[in-house]
This record gives sequence, C-alpha cells and structure tokens, in this order.
Amino acid sequence: MANAAMPAEKLELSYLDVSTNKHKSGILSWILSVDHKRIGLLYFFSMMAFFIVAVTFGFLIRLELIAPGKTIVDAQTYNQLFTLHGIIMIFLFIIPGLPAVFGNFFMPIMIGAKDVIFPRINLLSWYMFVIGGLFAVISMLLPGGSADTGWMFYVPYSVRTNTNVLPALIAAFILGFSSILTGLNFITTIHRMRHPDMSWFKMPLFVWSLYATAWIQVLATPIIGITLVLVGVERILGVGIFDPALGGDPVLYQHLFWIYSHPAVYIMILPAMGLVSEIIPVFSRRSIFGYKFIAFSSLAIAFFGSLVWAHHMFTAGMSDTAQFVFSFITFVLSIPSAIKVFNWISTMYKGSIQPDPPFLYAMSFIVQFAIGGFTGLMLGALSVNIHLQDTSFVVAHFHYVMFGGTGFGIFAAMHYWLPKMFGRMYNLKVATWAWAIVTIGYNVLYFPMFIMGYLGMPRRYYDYLPEFQPYHVASTIGSWILIIGLIIMFTNLWVGMRRGQKAGMNPWGGETLEWKVQTPPILENFHDVPDVHAGPYDYSKYEAKKEATK
Amino acid sequence: MSSTDHAAVHHVHRDDYGSRMGMWLFLFTELILFGGLFIIYAVYRFTHQTEFHLAAQELNTTIGLINTIALLTSSMTAAMSITAMQKGNIRFSKTLIWVTIGFAFVFMVNKYFEWGAKIHHGIYPGSKDLLAKPEGEILYFGLYYVMTGLHTFHVIVGVIFFLFILRQINQKKIEPTRYVRLENSALYWHLVDLIWIFLFPLFYLIH
Repeated sequence: MANAAMPAEKLELSYLDVSTNKHKSGILSWILSVDHKRIGLLYFFSMMAFFIVAVTFGFLIRLELIAPGKTIVDAQTYNQLFTLHGIIMIFLFIIPGLPAVFGNFFMPIMIGAKDVIFPRINLLSWYMFVIGGLFAVISMLLPGGSADTGWMFYVPYSVRTNTNVLPALIAAFILGFSSILTGLNFITTIHRMRHPDMSWFKMPLFVWSLYATAWIQVLATPIIGITLVLVGVERILGVGIFDPALGGDPVLYQHLFWIYSHPAVYIMILPAMGLVSEIIPVFSRRSIFGYKFIAFSSLAIAFFGSLVWAHHMFTAGMSDTAQFVFSFITFVLSIPSAIKVFNWISTMYKGSIQPDPPFLYAMSFIVQFAIGGFTGLMLGALSVNIHLQDTSFVVAHFHYVMFGGTGFGIFAAMHYWLPKMFGRMYNLKVATWAWAIVTIGYNVLYFPMFIMGYLGMPRRYYDYLPEFQPYHVASTIGSWILIIGLIIMFTNLWVGMRRGQKAGMNPWGGETLEWKVQTPPILENFHDVPDVHAGPYDYSKYEAKKEATK
Repeated sequence: MSSTDHAAVHHVHRDDYGSRMGMWLFLFTELILFGGLFIIYAVYRFTHQTEFHLAAQELNTTIGLINTIALLTSSMTAAMSITAMQKGNIRFSKTLIWVTIGFAFVFMVNKYFEWGAKIHHGIYPGSKDLLAKPEGEILYFGLYYVMTGLHTFHVIVGVIFFLFILRQINQKKIEPTRYVRLENSALYWHLVDLIWIFLFPLFYLIH
C-alpha cells in the first residue's frame, strides 16, 4: 500500500461533510446537492437497491427452472418475473451502472474539472432515474399485474395483454430521458471542462469510453423514446401504427426497437471496457499498450454498433441482401473489440502484476467478455443463427457480455474506486475469496445455457423436456453459488466502507488525476489542478527500475 | 475558492458556448425523436401509396399554409428578440417574444379547429368511420394525429420556455450581457419551426 506517501497529514473536510446547499447534513443535503460526487453516490445507492430486487427475480426464475413443470410459481408469474428482471437490470442497473455512478463521480476529477458543466441537469437526471424506477415499481403493484411482455415489449402482444404495460413503458421512457441528459452533460463537459493542459490524447481511457458512450446515449435513445410512446398511444387510442389488425407492421416495431437497443448494448459495455483499460495499467505497473487504438476503437464501436441492429431479427422476415449486410457489419464490429482485448493483454506483458481484487475482476471481465463476444459472432452468422435463434444459447451469450462483462466491470469499479469514494479500505483477502466464488458461480450458472441452448432449449420457456434437466439443475446450483459470493462481496465492501482502515490517497498506485487528490475528495476536487503533462499512464519510473534490476 | 466554508459556495461556472453546445445536443435528440416518426411515415407511404394519396386530400391546405406562415414569422421574431437584447433594447426584445408567443397561439387555435373538424367528421383513432376505411388511410390519420400532436406539444413547451424567459428578463437574470437562455429558447423554437416545415409538405402538399 502506498499509504506511506501520505503521512499523518491533516485531512480537509471532504465532499461527504460539506454540502453544496444550505442544508448542512441530513437527507436534504444529499438529494438537493448538485455536487457530482454526491449525485454519483445517490445513483450508486438507488441502483444497488434495484440490483438487489432484480437479482432476487433472477434467483426465483432459476429456482422455478430447477425441475420441469410448476416448481414455485405459475407460468404467468414466471413471464412477469423475467420481464421485470430484464427491465430493472437493463434500464436501472447496467445502463446507469458505470456512467451515472462512477462516471459522475470520477470523470470530472479525471479531466481536472471541479464539476460537470450542468450540475443541476445532472441532479435532474437522477430524479428522472428515481421517478422512472418508481413507475417500474408501480407496474408491479397495481392490480392487473406487472408486464409480461419481456423487456422488448414486442407488439402485437404488448398492445393486447391486460397487464400493466403502460407504467412499464413510462418507466422506460423516463429512464431513457435520464440517460440522454447524462450523455448530453458528459459530452459537453468533456469538450468544455478539461484542464487546459489535458489534450484529447491525454485523457484517461475511461473518459474516452464515456465520451463514446455519451454519444450513443444522445443519438440512439430518442428512437426508443418515440417507439415506446407509440406503443403507449397504440394501447390507449388504438392508432394502428404497429397493430397488424389495423394495417400496422410489427416487424417495423422490432426494427425501431433494436435501432436503439443494439447500440444500448454498447452503452452498457463501453464504459466497462474503459474501466478495464484503467485497471490493467495500474495493477501491471505498465503504460497502456496502444492508447490511441483503444481510444479510437471505442469510437469505432459506437459507430459500427449503430449499424447492426437487424441481426436480432434474422428470422423475423427480411431480404437476403439486408441479412447479408447486417451479418457482415456484425463481423466488422468485432474488430475494435478484439483490438482492445489484445491491447490489454499486451499491456500486461512484462509488467509486474499485482493481483488485487480490482485486477481479478478485470481478468474475469476479459475472459467472460471474450466468450460472450465470440458466441455473439456465432449468433451473427446467418446459418448458425437460424439454429440458435430464441434458444437459451442467446440468453447465455448476452449474460456473458452484460453480466460477465459489464456486471463484473461494475464490481471491478466498486473494488477499485470505493476506497477513494469513502476513504476506507475493505478486507482484501475476503474480497479475493468473494471474487473466486462469484466467478465460479457465475460460470456454473450461465455456461450450461450454451449447451442446452445448442441442444434446443428455447429461451423464456416456463417448462421443458426432461432431458434438459441436468443442465437446468447445474445452472440453478450456479445461481446459489453466485448469490453466496455476491453476499460475501457486498458485506465485505459495506463493512470496509464503514469500519475499514483509512485508505490513503493512492492505495493502488494509480497515475490518473483521481489518485492525486485527497481521499475522500474535497467539495470541488482540487485547489490547484496537478500537473497533467505526463499523460494518464506514465509508469516509466517502474519500468525503468525493472530494467535496472535485470 | 474556499471549500471549507460550510455555506453554499458551489462554484458557478459560466460558459455560454458550452450551454449552446448542450442545447444543440438536445436538439439532435429531438430531431432523432421525430426521425423515428419520419421513418415510419416513409415506410407506410411506400407500402400504401394510393391510400395516402386519397387521405391527404382531406386535409385543408389553406389552414396548413396559414400555420406555416405563422410559424416561419414567429421564428423570425424570436431571432429578432435576440438581436434586440444584444443591442440593449430590452423592451423591444420582450415585445418580440410576446409576438412570437402570439403566433404560437394562432398556430394552436388553427390546429384546434382543424382537429375539431376532423373529429366532427368522425376521423379520429379508433372511430367507427375511420376503421371502415382502408388500412392505408387508418395509418395515414394515425400518423397525422401522432406527428402533428407531438409537434403541437413541442409548440406548447416552446411557449412555456418563452414565458420563463420573460420572467427572467424581468428578474434581470437575462440581460444584454448574458442572454444565452434566450438564445437557447430561440434555438428550440427554430427546431419546432423546422419540424413543421417537414410535416407540412408530407401531410398537406404531397398528393
């Protein structure tokens, strides 16, 4: 630990003690605060509350599937469970996970700014997040039952079902608006608020990935907004735009839905890639390999990611030419992702690796993302897709990317940055054990889905043939291991943040700006912004030392 | 700046260029929001050409034209109010904003009569008369109500923006040296105008 670098110097009051408004303490000093760090924490705790709810739903889904036929819930409840699991995980956990929590907290510090450019819009976006989340909760509680359409709200079923689709649509719409406001704020902040010496290519790669993400948020989200509005209008007024009974085209709905929702996948994964690009140099004590390639590959992913949506619909009815083009661009899109993976591995080469928990989670990310990415290519191949469409192979694929990738990215971020945010260190040994249990549980849970999906197990089915049971049992046992690991991980972090040892200014030896400010940071982050001439990953002193000791 | 002071010391960052940039980004999102509707219009126009042709003849081009003139002129007065503010003529700037709001009301009153007449003739989503028509005409009028409805909603939001601006001018929060909020509201208003410039030919003029 680099605690020695900071002797018993007297700490100033941090953002945890000083509010931006007239309320000195208490809940109002938080929910009315426009400080980007406090807003980051507001997002963090509200997001975690939703995460626990959605994990519980996922646990119940897995428990139901442990045996064929009815086990604990009926088919209708099962449909509602996987719908809510999807809506909450996607709109309330994975999308805001890294940008709204850690991006809000660290992006301004990493570029040497005192706050984001529109602090009040930042707070507004959190309020919209909460209101959207409340609509999701309302949809569960109102009579009629929560939506049972799946998170994709496919028409015509979403127009016909009597469940509370409307509150769920409103929830997704408001959450989309919140996401747009965050994106708009981040783009403008990165353009306008960087420290004068921080040129574009001195920005940390996490900031680059947030920049690419923010553009997708701004440019893709309005499409889902208008599409969900139309489904709502369809339900209330019966306009007929997507209803085949009135001449509408349900496949057009699918196109519009995926025009947003495929790029949204990159809203989820890009910040996690940026985070891994932060963690690997720090724990390998190496300058990042191929900085510009990683930065530009984020932009390339954002660009090509907007042109592949129809690969979700290969069996829905499309011309052969369209299928060919969308499949081809899907393959092109794998190139920038692969560039990142190769660069991370090259960064570690000849580094002195320090396997602390953030690094371990980053390793899980790379392996699981590689599996998820590769199976994504299999699904993007036209002939294979016909066999695998709507099987649990697809479920395994996107959980490997979304949970094995982004979810583990969020865990990595928590282990990397929570000591900075709260000023205390968690127990490293327990965290390492929790990482091992979570990783094992995760893979036992999802890997069998690849096999049974390949053998023909359809996704979203409540019941199944007996020959699939061994895989389902394995998967359900995996979910128990995973949840045990998650409980250990969260307890350890919680205890650490409340009672752990003081973390010091730079516990991991990072070189980006957030490690050069006080722990926890002061209200406006800096008195004087430190020197940023060297760039974000300058480990030349370590590298030189290593050369010398050879 | 001392941050150990417990009072509200949060740093106020003024960046007019940044504010305009944020507004432009927001306008992109609005364009794409309507873009989704334009895609749907294009697809259904392509698949139901004759029925769109027939249905379009039921709209009153004269009312549409009056509304187009009203919105275009209001965009001009909105732009002029910025120039007046820049030149320090606060009173005239306020008058021009009121004129802009007046044109918005002309637009909405027209829209009210137009929609009212349609509804009176039994043409509205879900009505018996409309459902008796061919699918293409149901789609045309469905899109007509959704697209002009969403646009009119934006007109109302624009008016609300301008009312806030008038209040802030009175409170001296908007002055000849800081008027970026007026500029941003006018930018929003131009967007509302621009979208109408596309809606008008798509629904009223192409037969």
